[in-house]
Amino acid sequence: MSTPVISQFPYRGDPVAPVRLLEVDGTLTGGGGSVPPMDDEQMLSALWLMMLSRAFDDKGTSLQRQGRFGTFSAVRGQEASVVGSALALDPARDWIVPQYRELPALVNHGLPLESFILYFSGHPAGGYIPEGVRLLPIQISIAAQLPHAVGLAWGLRLQGLDAVVLVYFGDGASSEGDFHEACNLAGVVKAPVIFFLQNNGWAISTPRSRQTAARTFAERAPGYGFDGVVVDGNDLLAVYAATRAAVERARAGGGPTLIESQTYRLGAHNTADDPTRYVAEEVLDSWRDRDPILRVQRYLAACGRWNESIAAKAQEEISQTIDAAFAAARAVAPPTAEDLFLHTYAELTERQARQLREYEMPATGPANG
Amino acid sequence: MIVTYRDALNQALREEMERDDRVFLMGEEVAVYQGAYKVSKGLLSEFGEMRVVDTPITELGFAGVGVGAAMVGLRPVIEFMSWNFALLALDQVVNSAAKMLYMSGGQYPIPMVFRGPSGAALQLAAQHSQAWESWLAHIPGLKVVTPGTPADAKGLLKSAIRDDNPVVVLEGEMLYNTKGDVPEGDHLVPLGAAELKREGDHCSIITNGKMILVALQVADQLASEGIRVDVLDLRTVRPLDVPAITASVRKTNRAVVLEEGWEMAGIGAQIVDTIQRECFDDLDAPVLRVHQADTPMPYAKNLERAAKPDAAKTIAAVKKVMYVAN
Ligand SMILES: Cc1ncc(C[n+]2csc(CCOP(=O)(O)OP(=O)(O)O)c2C)c(N)n1
Repeated sequence: MSTPVISQFPYRGDPVAPVRLLEVDGTLTGGGGSVPPMDDEQMLSALWLMMLSRAFDDKGTSLQRQGRFGTFSAVRGQEASVVGSALALDPARDWIVPQYRELPALVNHGLPLESFILYFSGHPAGGYIPEGVRLLPIQISIAAQLPHAVGLAWGLRLQGLDAVVLVYFGDGASSEGDFHEACNLAGVVKAPVIFFLQNNGWAISTPRSRQTAARTFAERAPGYGFDGVVVDGNDLLAVYAATRAAVERARAGGGPTLIESQTYRLGAHNTADDPTRYVAEEVLDSWRDRDPILRVQRYLAACGRWNESIAAKAQEEISQTIDAAFAAARAVAPPTAEDLFLHTYAELTERQARQLREYEMPATGPANG
Repeated sequence: MIVTYRDALNQALREEMERDDRVFLMGEEVAVYQGAYKVSKGLLSEFGEMRVVDTPITELGFAGVGVGAAMVGLRPVIEFMSWNFALLALDQVVNSAAKMLYMSGGQYPIPMVFRGPSGAALQLAAQHSQAWESWLAHIPGLKVVTPGTPADAKGLLKSAIRDDNPVVVLEGEMLYNTKGDVPEGDHLVPLGAAELKREGDHCSIITNGKMILVALQVADQLASEGIRVDVLDLRTVRPLDVPAITASVRKTNRAVVLEEGWEMAGIGAQIVDTIQRECFDDLDAPVLRVHQADTPMPYAKNLERAAKPDAAKTIAAVKKVMYVAN
């Protein structure tokens, strides 16, 4: 007599196909009759942000090489994922809680580019988010931002606000205990939070297959009592539409959503990493074909809204924007010896005052001098 | 043989894994990538994926898996990409590994090693630049070693793996590339034994970990001014080698304690306590401490430089206890 198999939640079946609205060749999924969730103007501003991000990646990486920037993580390849999700929020009431690879989302939400530059130049002022900009600081301790986001969402609700919180994190971050605890709590308290998981294939050199045995990350959501969605993360329109739906749900009191954005890191983890040692060139090439920026440009070109001269003009504007931000950052006075102790506590302690006297601080130059 | 600190650790792991098949290595990126700092180079191909194990980013999880494996007789070596990330795993290190033997009435020894870089490198900012020795040394049930040279890295790691207690090995990101002579063969450094790395009779500099490099630099510079210092490398901060400390201070009658971490409740405070108790009548000057500024590590290069303990601050302290002008 064989023992019957008792399992009500068997793990089987193929992974779900990601939501896609824009094909790699720039045509709408489902043909010309489909209505895109963004109009051409919105797509043009999204594209501008995506291109700004790409240009800033190059600049940041080269400054790091010159020793003028700290370790820096590029967005390259993930622009649709970051921009499409950020554009679904209302910067006047919603909050973004970043990991560290979401520059264009932060800029769209109101962070001056020079703040970001100051941050990576090591200037203490770079950590300060201007008043009224609804962002938490970048988080380096992997996954620590996830419970914060739930707390933020819960706190905003407690204050009677109709704000929602979108928190970014990676496939790697989803393996930390913070992820489980944040999701579980968010489900229980129905926090208005969107868990936006950027599955970019890698956590430094650890492949996605090493983070979970599950087919997708999004399918974990029902276990926490809320919905999950898988989107093509290189499709601006799909990311935008899925995030919009999650925002509306959260705003209406429907609780959290876990969105898995399937994208690909088109480069190094950060400036300290050499991906040629673990990413096959063919794989990289196949993703280069699916470049999220090209996809939007192809679509807009077909609508007559994009061509070489428009592109050249956009590039020119973007370089000017970046140059102006660097000029603004340079104009900020370098940190002084006092900055060393400032903000450890609300006030300078006696111990710190003594150390400040005893230490004979070296004369300070520019932050990275 | 001249080898890097990184290769010395690698030799220790390889030799101990060859010697004892209960030893295995687990952590983030230790296998295919061969470690964030390449300490596990070649080990995956030599020992296979059951003994060199890549994990998801889940510090609490794999620290706890190590404790569980130790309870069925294995000798796990758990690598943290940085001790700063090991904070997520502290419950397993402090409340499980360190207490299991005690709370099981002696039934479950936890012969495991938790290792990885601790302390500051360059511009890794507040969350990623912390020296953890005083936190971990505070815990009864843990041993804590802080090798500063390749020879000590190899000898201490081998001893740590063979020890029947949980041992914390604090390495240094800035040390991995440093080179030094490592004795051939089965080189072991006993846990709990300090080493006099430089002999002098004017003042003792008592230090550990990567600060040993600063102390040796200070010793050279002071020697050129006619000041001869003892440089005592504690090597292990728990258990502390009290006889070595007292012997040095009784000889020189003056001491400066140099540590990487913060002043408040730092390892240096423990050393000074030992000195005042054991050497009260031998002292010709108050003992001074050199340490990090009382603030999280700043990101800016200039501020970081100012915050760290360094040779200039140490020289000033030595001259102060010797009552000579700087
Ligand atoms: C708690 C913690 N553990 C480990 C690290 C080291 N680390 C930095 S980034 C990273 C990978 C993160 O991968 P993922 O969350 O997928 O984000 P991605 O960088 O791919 O965007 C790791 C392991 C860290 N910063 N914090």
